[in-house]
Amino acid sequence: MSYWDREKECMPREDIEKLQLRRLKETVYRVYAFVPSYKEKMDRIGIKPDDINSLEDLNKLPFTTKQDLRDNYPFGLFAVPMSEVIRIHSSSGTTGKPTVVGYSKRDIDTWAELMARALTSAGASRQSIIQNSYGYGLFTGGLGVHYGAEKLGASVIPSSGGNTKRQIMLMQDFGTTVLTCTPSYALFLYEVMEEMGVSPSDLKLECGIFGAEPWSENMRREIENKLQINAFDIYGLSEIVGPGVAIECPVRNGLHLAEDHFIAEIIDPETGETLPEGSSGELVISTITKEALPILRYRTRDLSKLDKSGCDCGRTHVRMQKVLGRSDDMVIIRGVNVFPSMVESVLLDIPGVEPHYLLVVDRKGTLDILEVRVEVSEQVFSDEVRKLEELGATISKELESALGISAKVRLVEPKSIERSEGKAQRVIDRRSI
Amino acid sequence: MAKQISVFLENKAGRLSHVTRVLGEAGINIRALSIADTSDFGILRIIVSDPEKAYRILKEANFTVSETEVIAVQVPDSPGGLATVLEQMSDANLNIEYLYAFLGTSGNDALVIFKVEDIEGARQTFKEKGIPFLDEQKLYKL
Repeated sequence: MSYWDREKECMPREDIEKLQLRRLKETVYRVYAFVPSYKEKMDRIGIKPDDINSLEDLNKLPFTTKQDLRDNYPFGLFAVPMSEVIRIHSSSGTTGKPTVVGYSKRDIDTWAELMARALTSAGASRQSIIQNSYGYGLFTGGLGVHYGAEKLGASVIPSSGGNTKRQIMLMQDFGTTVLTCTPSYALFLYEVMEEMGVSPSDLKLECGIFGAEPWSENMRREIENKLQINAFDIYGLSEIVGPGVAIECPVRNGLHLAEDHFIAEIIDPETGETLPEGSSGELVISTITKEALPILRYRTRDLSKLDKSGCDCGRTHVRMQKVLGRSDDMVIIRGVNVFPSMVESVLLDIPGVEPHYLLVVDRKGTLDILEVRVEVSEQVFSDEVRKLEELGATISKELESALGISAKVRLVEPKSIERSEGKAQRVIDRRSI
Repeated sequence: MAKQISVFLENKAGRLSHVTRVLGEAGINIRALSIADTSDFGILRIIVSDPEKAYRILKEANFTVSETEVIAVQVPDSPGGLATVLEQMSDANLNIEYLYAFLGTSGNDALVIFKVEDIEGARQTFKEKGIPFLDEQKLYKL
């Protein structure tokens, strides 16, 4: 087992919690003093920094949401003067005003440490040749992984997203051993390899570190079989720092969340109430070392659960369950919560069915209609209508038993569902409410 | 026996013309065709002058394609001709999955393409009953 920073990653839990409390208190003092929005919120509910004396007191503090970042656009939540900010990232702002995040020199360094830990946890080392196909730019994925890979001392290929044929050429010619991108892009790379007549067994790829969108265990199997690699899940979000907040270890029973820099909680997304360890709910994260943009109790909208029990890898940091859905990816159809990852899981359990799918939600009269589009691969294609109709019926039946609602399955031509070079779009909601 | 090429088509405008254009540009001639359709999708079944090439070209154009063994039977081009052949197949318990007619003829006979469950059994039956069927190479060249 290799670690990037064994002392911190395997710290006794008691010490982790002491460290967390000390850092939390510092952070609360700092935001109360330097960020007017936090002071106002805390004053409104009558909480002073001195009221935080244990980790349990965390739930006295107000939540921070994406809306808070938007309301304070662009730099209103920064806790340091701009002269201390050395990097700014931003979301694309497709769903509203962009959310802007800033980093001090130390923040950038912490982030690189976390990414170096993550890469090591997945098996990368100084010897690795890391092809980083996350987009470089305002999105945190590209530069986040890049700095970590450099800190690790690996050789980084900053290929960024897109230009898929060239990506494959680089893998062949440069002997890429580690691939970092979104899971949907990993599958797209495989499709293009097939078209180009490149076999993964001719490549030197050993592992892939995939994140930025929820993906199922079945998707992992699919990627591992096709690309002949070990696939690791990485978690992060720009509001907290970017990729590297949590990473799977070789045991792959949850992702270790870096507790020396963050505190994780699970809450009931409806009531906001903190739930006991082991409960499923919305993941809430507080940063406790961030200088430029400290964030208390950020509502991630990601659904997960936490497990503080020991892990066979020796790391002591809490494990968060692989995120299988986001409360904002979730579509409510006829009152039932549906996550794209549930559909993905069903599809991949049916032999020959490819994980390229799209959920189209529409409303006819007062009834919600879910249509699931599935590409017909050569393995499932038949010259007989009856067999294809049976396939459609099987998928439909499996979906109904997994989702609890009926879904119409539409078989579509291969590659007709748009491939993404970043985060895949899995849902089109046409209901006008 | 002959190779039929089957192509999955979504039920939307322009798909059929796209397939036929791709084949045409590759110099492949369509000898026979049928389309089975549902409300969402269709299956185009074709007999072409060069099935291997057609398969490759269509795959490269991102279509889902498969090859199916079918049998091209010469049916007397006169009233009751097809009925006689079908009766004889029924007597031999041959299950027909689908059939369609060929665009041209072979001498005085019409040609019908049969997809049967048991293709070997069908060949035996046709031989025993003296029903002529065309060999592959001859069919593609018609």
